[in-house]
Amino acid sequence: MANSPADKLAQATPPGIANRVRGLSDRAIAWIFVGPSIFLLLAVNIFPLIWTINLSFTNFKANRNREVDYIGLRNYERILTDEDTWITMQATAHFLISTIVIQVLIGFTLAYLINKKFKGNDLWTTIIVLPMMLSPAVVGNFWTFLYQPQIGLFNYIVAFFSGVDPSSFSMIGEVALAPWAIVIVDTWMWTPFVMLICLAGLRSIPDSIYEAAECDRASKWRQFWTITIPMVLPFLMLAVLFRGIENFKMFDLVVQLTGGGPGSTTELTSINLKREAFEKWRTGYASAYAVILFVTVFGLASIYVKALNKVKER
Amino acid sequence: MMTSFFNNLLRLRRGPWEMVASILIAIGVVMMMQPFVLALFSYSFIVTLVGTVMFIIVSHFPE
Repeated sequence: MANSPADKLAQATPPGIANRVRGLSDRAIAWIFVGPSIFLLLAVNIFPLIWTINLSFTNFKANRNREVDYIGLRNYERILTDEDTWITMQATAHFLISTIVIQVLIGFTLAYLINKKFKGNDLWTTIIVLPMMLSPAVVGNFWTFLYQPQIGLFNYIVAFFSGVDPSSFSMIGEVALAPWAIVIVDTWMWTPFVMLICLAGLRSIPDSIYEAAECDRASKWRQFWTITIPMVLPFLMLAVLFRGIENFKMFDLVVQLTGGGPGSTTELTSINLKREAFEKWRTGYASAYAVILFVTVFGLASIYVKALNKVKER
Repeated sequence: MMTSFFNNLLRLRRGPWEMVASILIAIGVVMMMQPFVLALFSYSFIVTLVGTVMFIIVSHFPE
């Protein structure tokens, strides 16, 4: 008698179930296993998406019990000719580009340093990773205290190095500084994530490649540009993809920090969308807005994944 | 180089068509987020949408 795990499992199956399953084809059994996942995917992802697309062509308001009219592309027309939405998009672009560039630069540098063997290496890794483990709501709250002009530690540190009066500026209260205030907090929180991904990339490079380069008398600079960077690039691109998608829909941190203010300087698309949907209750309009954002993120992610695959093939 | 690109476009090959779709998506996103001309923002979604739909279709073309 065979003693493989599959045989043992077959012997352990109660006869009633075994008889019922025996008559099914492999394809039917496969469908039984995959079916629940497909059902969940349809119910949780696909149905809401189709429903949102449907609502985007209506004047539906979720807080009114009235007849819903189909208004064609009017919601899309309103969004795409609205200057406030345009400004919101620019605020999102500023946030997205700034955070990604700064996080990749600092994250890669930290990973490069941590990858060098030194005493207390593991302890430093743990300390650096700590901000990432905190809740965005908590981070937003305590950075509001750090940014306080009167008592905030951040203003005192800036004052210590620059000599300006700490109460002379407010990071979250000034139009010019508020967009950078949210960039600093997001960078503080999520650079460790980029660092971890880069660290995984750096540790996957075999030492033998560097040894071969040493034999060929390649300088450290040359090794960095021809070995380290190309081999870490897929990991870096993955980090950019994750952070890009996350920051495009950034909500909680910014709401806690600035609430979209001052004015609408830090009002990112997700905050604007939430206001349209749950403060003004323009559900149809908000659905069209959500569809626009979805298509944009989907398109960007598609070309990014294609680029990532090309880099991996190399 | 350019001739083979256009030949592959005519022969419905995936590579060049994906490139066209990617360029459309990228242009659409830049149009959406640029701070200069409102009209470009207004047409950004249709450009991105065409690019995205094209990308989904052409990714099923043969290599």
